[in-house]
Amino acid sequence: MNRFERLFAEHEVVLGDGAMGTMLQRLGLTTGGAPELWNVEAPDKVKQVHQGYVDAGSMIITTNSFGGTRFRLALHNLEDRVAELNRAAARIAREVAGDQVAVAGSMGPTGELLFPLGTLNFDDAKAGFAEQAAALVEGGVDFLLIETMSALEEVQAAIEGAREAVGDAVPIAVTMTFDTRGHTMMGVSPAQALEAIYGWDIRYIGSNCGNGPAEIEDAIRQMAEKKPEDVILIAQSNAGIPRWKKGGEIVYDGTPEVMAEYALRMKELGVRYIGACCGSTPDHIRAMAEALGLR
Amino acid sequence: MSENEVVPFDELPEELQTLYEDMQDDLYDGLADKVVEGTRRALEMGRSPREVLAHGLVAGMDIVGEDFGAGRLFVPEVLMAAKAMKAAMEVLRPLLVETGAPKIGTFVIGTVKGDIHDIGKNLVGMMLEGAGFEVIDLGINTDADKFVAAVREHNADLLGMSALLTTTMPYMKVVIDRLIEENLRDQVKVLVGGAPLSEAFAEEIGADAYCRDAAVAVEVAKKFMAIKRGQQAA
Repeated sequence: MNRFERLFAEHEVVLGDGAMGTMLQRLGLTTGGAPELWNVEAPDKVKQVHQGYVDAGSMIITTNSFGGTRFRLALHNLEDRVAELNRAAARIAREVAGDQVAVAGSMGPTGELLFPLGTLNFDDAKAGFAEQAAALVEGGVDFLLIETMSALEEVQAAIEGAREAVGDAVPIAVTMTFDTRGHTMMGVSPAQALEAIYGWDIRYIGSNCGNGPAEIEDAIRQMAEKKPEDVILIAQSNAGIPRWKKGGEIVYDGTPEVMAEYALRMKELGVRYIGACCGSTPDHIRAMAEALGLR
Repeated sequence: MSENEVVPFDELPEELQTLYEDMQDDLYDGLADKVVEGTRRALEMGRSPREVLAHGLVAGMDIVGEDFGAGRLFVPEVLMAAKAMKAAMEVLRPLLVETGAPKIGTFVIGTVKGDIHDIGKNLVGMMLEGAGFEVIDLGINTDADKFVAAVREHNADLLGMSALLTTTMPYMKVVIDRLIEENLRDQVKVLVGGAPLSEAFAEEIGADAYCRDAAVAVEVAKKFMAIKRGQQAA
């Protein structure tokens, strides 16, 4: 049993962390810059974000590697540095996490549509995910978190790629984003997602990102009704939706109190891995930890 | 018939109605080859390119857009339909240019500076083309200079901006402010969209409309053009 699995053996509810991207922006990441580059150019700032979450009560922290496949990095001309940037992301998180906190290796979407809708073919997608997964595991993550997915084919490519690269060295978790009339952008319902992902032998399944807690709650409720006994549900909601404030500042409208309530509702629905996504901060995680009685 | 004539659907002989309805069905199912085949057949029967466009393609895309807006279709189905439409347009476009068919409106579209996401923006562009708009796609990472220049150069009726990041959405305001400075704001209606956006945000930055999805974007664009034509007529 590895560090990640042990958390679920020992705790009813495991608290994840909050946003990385929006936190790095607060620390000066410029609009449109590649967050993953900071794993080598400003590792102290990435560490600072991780440390903030650990101090707030996170039992899992997530690597700064969401856009770390070659497809995303290519848009910043960084596609030759996949291994380096993902390995660095994992090492930084591992260093902050120590032995008690588990590290999730974040794997986000390619941003491309798979053939025939788009031009990316399945095998290339799979190879891209394999490359990222290998580096994350080499850098010391406790599990791979395939997240914010909208297409099942891409999920499958990510799972197969990860397994090809690292075998069963670490568990794999998958969360999709149900932000389009109760479905993913590509039309996948929570029940379809659960069934397909379970069928690929994944036992950590859930929903992340989107338009705030109410939307995630709908998706999770549908998954909770259908889920086989051995599935551990994951919920990582955005802190509401972003609003524009005079002066050009973008603020998410979900307060720590809102996120604390969300955490309690997720627990009631039987979710065992509860975290947050875009717009959340250590303050949100602290409020969630307190609401869940973890502090 | 004259080369630009569009006979109202109800007045067409049954054979043609069936042909156009089949084209619409094939378009709905994303069957590019069959839609192209239908297009060729209608032309061979002496129908005007404008009529084939209106009854075979645009009417079909309207149904696709409606079902997308209602949550009966999702991005994959709409993309396949848009691709089928595009294939048929390759047959029709040269003929439409020849006959000088008017376009519904000119739409400049792009993903804003700092943002490299384009799935949604491309979908909106294809749906707009499907509805008969001329679409000038500026691609990703588009700065205010480029938006302003394109609006001016193409005498655009509408400007659509997309952003998927909370860090890039404020840039939409920068573009809108530039349009005001350049005295172009009254000329174009500004439509904005993207996952993190909302009605409230669009209002706060002074856009004319927030479009939740591509179907809404087409609907809103058509509505603005109808209003504009009404004003010009008055």
